Amino acid sequence: MSATTGMAQQSAVDEARVHQILATIADPEIPVISIVDLGIVRSIVCDASGVEVGLTSTYSGCPATDVIRSTVLETLQAHGVRARVRMILNPPWTTDWISVSGRAKLAEYGIVPPRWLHGTRGKATDINDEPVACPRCQSAETELTSEFGATPCKALYRCRSCLEPFERFKCL
Amino acid sequence: MSAALQSAAAAAPTLRQAQFDYLLRLGDTSLVLAQRLGEWVGHAPALEEDLGLANVALDLLGQARLLLSYAGELEGCGRNEDALAFLRDVPEFRNHALVEQPNGDFGFTIVRQFLIDSFQRELYAALAQSTDERLAGIAAKALKETEYHWRFSSRWLVRLGDGTVESNERVQRALSELWSYTNEFFAEDPVDRALAQARIAPSLASLETRWRAVIEPVITEATLSIPRERGKLTAGKRGMHGEALGYLLAELQFLQRAYPGAQW
Repeated sequence: MSATTGMAQQSAVDEARVHQILATIADPEIPVISIVDLGIVRSIVCDASGVEVGLTSTYSGCPATDVIRSTVLETLQAHGVRARVRMILNPPWTTDWISVSGRAKLAEYGIVPPRWLHGTRGKATDINDEPVACPRCQSAETELTSEFGATPCKALYRCRSCLEPFERFKCL
Repeated sequence: MSAALQSAAAAAPTLRQAQFDYLLRLGDTSLVLAQRLGEWVGHAPALEEDLGLANVALDLLGQARLLLSYAGELEGCGRNEDALAFLRDVPEFRNHALVEQPNGDFGFTIVRQFLIDSFQRELYAALAQSTDERLAGIAAKALKETEYHWRFSSRWLVRLGDGTVESNERVQRALSELWSYTNEFFAEDPVDRALAQARIAPSLASLETRWRAVIEPVITEATLSIPRERGKLTAGKRGMHGEALGYLLAELQFLQRAYPGAQW
């Protein structure tokens, strides 16, 4: 095998493969979706020294960020890929980067997915006022209990029909 | 350091020093407020509010980390965000005096939070346009989080102000007591001027106009009134603090002071 084909092959295989591997890493706080579904994997660049994964965080203080960073490194290493992580801050993460399949998994898990903001700057002052259907009984008779929940990314709601509490992914 | 680098550093110490100071002001304000809000954990009037205050604290702590690590890099003396947070003493802190004020009751905390949230919301919106791209990136992210903080504190302010006679009296008292601490937000000094000139930060006069436009309708809706007297001028951002900050730092820094370099 010539050096040229070897390198080309390695580079082509790697980016897709790295993406595949990263898609198996679950978010530590909402394990039904992967970090790829969550939209925090911003870039995958392969070069001679290995792969550089560009990651962003959901919220500035999200305690899961450090765990995700080390899991990415450990997982890739376990697959024999030499990796480094670069933290990317700008543009800031938005819930619009959560994939369609990610949204379906959230809904199935009982967390109401965020609505699409379509690039408009989501002012928190108007994004959570719409009616949200209860994920258990589909009733529209629900109310917001608090915009801050067990993790920075979720708000708490209560269903007035089935009386169960539920969570919604906050639009950001 | 090479001779060329040294002379470059000597040629432009003012803006760099001003930038370092400015980042400490932003970072320390978030850090000290995060610590204050953390004191509420387990003590807030309801579980939801306990979580709310803790979430706001967590966002602020994350913002402080981004700001202080940038400050440490700019300073170029090898101090990272931990060294800046845990190993400086009171006079080296640059936070606004407002945020070091003890929590008081829940209403007092809400008034303090509303005043600073409204300020940070307008400030970060302006800083998101900064010519300093890294600061603009931090601000753009912080702004989205601050929208939620503001929503939380402004709603509570209305609920308490336009609530019972007792709750109205308490938050009005808090507003009267805390109002003068906001003078400092808009008291321009050489650091603010240097950054405004470099278009890294907005002019404080323009910020004050926008801040007033944001807070006045909420204060009116809450049936509260802004004190007529402007009151004293604090200078926390220039390192002048009350004794409350010393106790706060004693708790915040205890572990690193007692066990230097300790890690999880």
